[in-house]
Amino acid sequence: MLEPKDSLGRFDILVIGGGVVGTAIARSLSRYRWKVALAERMAELSFGTSKANSGIVHAGFHSAPGTLKAELCVKGCLMYPQLTKELDVEYKQNGVIMVAMSDEEAAKLHLYLKQGEQNGVPGMRFLSGDELRSLEPNLSDGVVAGIVAPTGGVVSPFELTLAQGENAAANGVSVFLETEVTSMLVQDKSIVRVNTSKGSITARLVINAAGLYADKVANMAGDYSFVIHPRKGEEYLLDKRLAGIVHSTIFPLPTPVSKGILVIPTVHGNLMLGPTAEETEDREDLSTTFEGFQQIFAMCSKMVNGLSPSDLIATFAGLRPASDRDDFVIEPSDQVRNLINVGGIESPGLTAAPAIAEMVVEIVKGMAPDLGLSVEENEGYKPTREGVRRFRYMTDEERAAAIAENPLFGRVVCRCELVTEAEIVDAIRRGARTLDGVKLRTRAGMGRCQGGFCTSRVMKILSRELGIPMTAITKRGGGSRMLLYRTKELLDDDSFDAGAGLKAIGGDKAV
Amino acid sequence: MTATAQERDLVVIGGGPAGLAAALAAKEEGIDDIVVIERNDELGGILNQCIHNGFGIHLFGEELTGPEYAERFVTKVREKSIECLTGTVVTGLTSDREVTAVGQRCGLLRIKAKAVVLAMGCRERTRPAINIPGDRPAGVFTAGTVQQLINLEGYLPGKTALILGSGDIGLIMARRLTLEGVKVQGVVEIMSYPGGLNRNIVQCLNDFNIPLYLSHTVVRIHGKERVEGATVAPVNSRREPVLEKSFFVPCDTIVLSVGLIPENELSRMAGIRLSPTTSGAYVDENLQTSVQGIFACGNVLHVHDVVDFVTRESERAGRNAARFIRSGLPRCEIAVRPGKNVRYVVPHFVSGEQDVEFFLRASRPMGSSVLYIQPDLRQVRQRIVKPSEMISVALPASVIARAKSSGEMCFELEERGSGR
Repeated sequence: MLEPKDSLGRFDILVIGGGVVGTAIARSLSRYRWKVALAERMAELSFGTSKANSGIVHAGFHSAPGTLKAELCVKGCLMYPQLTKELDVEYKQNGVIMVAMSDEEAAKLHLYLKQGEQNGVPGMRFLSGDELRSLEPNLSDGVVAGIVAPTGGVVSPFELTLAQGENAAANGVSVFLETEVTSMLVQDKSIVRVNTSKGSITARLVINAAGLYADKVANMAGDYSFVIHPRKGEEYLLDKRLAGIVHSTIFPLPTPVSKGILVIPTVHGNLMLGPTAEETEDREDLSTTFEGFQQIFAMCSKMVNGLSPSDLIATFAGLRPASDRDDFVIEPSDQVRNLINVGGIESPGLTAAPAIAEMVVEIVKGMAPDLGLSVEENEGYKPTREGVRRFRYMTDEERAAAIAENPLFGRVVCRCELVTEAEIVDAIRRGARTLDGVKLRTRAGMGRCQGGFCTSRVMKILSRELGIPMTAITKRGGGSRMLLYRTKELLDDDSFDAGAGLKAIGGDKAV
Repeated sequence: MTATAQERDLVVIGGGPAGLAAALAAKEEGIDDIVVIERNDELGGILNQCIHNGFGIHLFGEELTGPEYAERFVTKVREKSIECLTGTVVTGLTSDREVTAVGQRCGLLRIKAKAVVLAMGCRERTRPAINIPGDRPAGVFTAGTVQQLINLEGYLPGKTALILGSGDIGLIMARRLTLEGVKVQGVVEIMSYPGGLNRNIVQCLNDFNIPLYLSHTVVRIHGKERVEGATVAPVNSRREPVLEKSFFVPCDTIVLSVGLIPENELSRMAGIRLSPTTSGAYVDENLQTSVQGIFACGNVLHVHDVVDFVTRESERAGRNAARFIRSGLPRCEIAVRPGKNVRYVVPHFVSGEQDVEFFLRASRPMGSSVLYIQPDLRQVRQRIVKPSEMISVALPASVIARAKSSGEMCFELEERGSGR
């Protein structure tokens, strides 16, 4: 068949979606000698749902036995220590505690304990309120009992996603950013061509990991087997001053729609409260609300002492790509021969992601003969990513050595999170193109001053390294430009005469 | 190569107005071995981006711009050959005054100091700190960031702006943006009175017909990618928004001027006791913190509204650091406490052995008032009292000494004619 003029290339497999699931799949696929492409609609990987994930590696006692959620969560959780080591991503096995605030709730804990055991969650224990408070002294007196699951952990969801993408690319995956799938050409129940905002892509197999838009992407191929119902979650991040208030992630009993509002000691040492759970039809609604704020502080303060809104340093919201099914959708399409749907990956999707990727690879292997794909290992596959040098974690001796080797380590750009120019230059080399891209990779601007001091410095480094003007720099791609004009650009020529300028400006003010 | 710490007499952390004044004063007191550590590449701190005038009225009797005011001190520091490490960030401070710093030129530096002056200044409160709901588009900046972008970098964030908070920087930026041709839709202030100095209300808003919405706040920010507008609502007496009366203000930029927070992360590292009211250290009349030999001055101690006062306070810190190095300082055992209508008083402890200039802030705006100072009921008349305008009162040692028996001094404000 003729290549269309705007072709981005011909691939064996196209993965649609550059979130934690899509990048995990792309990385796993790169272990084989398949020519793989990954298309992401946003400016950078992880900028969709994954960016706003709570970052919890769930132990796996929440989901009912026999579901994909239960199986892949427990399996994924146990893959995290090695995965994060290979990719040099921050991860901590801090354990999770689910607390009961009444005797009635305490009785329900036993159900989760039993469920966890059935799911194969190792090391779970039931503890009284006092036993819990000896582990976590800041749990409130209202906590009557709890279950502890030591294999639970925390990870940086965006760092993991970006690292998976980086490693996949290093192993040969072609990553296309700002590449939104717009339509598909389907013939004889096969996807022949995928059209995107950047051009068309031809692939023998399409893997749909499009998150919030997974149903829309499936629809383009004529598959209507599931529907995404976004569920918004607001998160409230507190100053590092509160580090150590709790060590484990604290869960309440779950609600019918979510795991409830949690107190999360993030892998970076902040405390994060959230998420809420609000059904919404708007797939782009990332707004926070006053109600969400109130609900979160009320809930968390019941479980943990010492939380105050005065320590808030960041608030944000994300959308869970929940589906109309009770479980993850991970299956070859029954409508289209060369499509695998990976949809409805809500919680515990982050935890399950590495196991989902393994499962998808097995499905691909099974389909390979029909698709004319051979299954051969990629002998050059390297599971490890070049390590990231993080100045804030170095000892003084290491810092001295790093500066001696590269003086840019001596230029602290973000003082709240102690991020140096060397790390920002490295992040850009690894693919950062936007302010948020630098922030998510390095933490510059993520601390208590929220970029008050470093925003312009980071922008200058981006401008210099990418060779683009300051006015072209965006917060997160698209129309999110930071600076719209140069000074003097909005003034008429004659307004350089200060007096005339003043009059002109004063004159058109309507009050 | 990181080896042992150098020994120095005085380390001043911060090369803004506070740090420079402290270093110069210590030098005048005969301390020669001084090093000033500044994180930016230039000395002068935040003054460098304050290109408006009005600095120096109290100290020099003339209106200087920020850079001009800074230059006077930078020149003196150079003349006196005081060592300044610019582009150098302090990463550690211990209670026994060991300072760790990193810089491109100096690498990693460890200094054991006989005395340390903290002069790190303050940072701006951010959107999350006041929790404005809504979208998270590009185009929401703190006023200081906008000031830096315009005055130092030469860029404008947008062409239609709304300013939240009537702090001085916000007011200054309302004028600055207007002069650049940016349409400023208004300044929104949650309190029933402005947060900035009266002269700034007049010169920055009234002179340009920029509306000031008192007792209003922003309840929602709109815009998926770039700011498209804000919903503004009046607030009731409990400062809760009255949503039924809210209105939409179109703009592409939101500028926040919602308060300043002393940057005391290093102070915390050194175990220095901090006041929850000022967010700065508890200090005695010598500006010495709870950790011996560590002094604090300027905006890291409490947020000032006039740089001249920063200079005066910091000179005292520098002089006393020098005295500490030479001969030690007297104990200060009289506690100073804010009473009725007073939010805070600095210093927090005095000795009664020397004259002291007290800085205090009212907790609410009041008409013509009287400041009562316990225990001797000394009365000091005040004109109109505003929380935004710091009050300074100098008392002679003889008056302070009368508090020795009770061990406590108290400052109270009372509106005149309110029946005391």
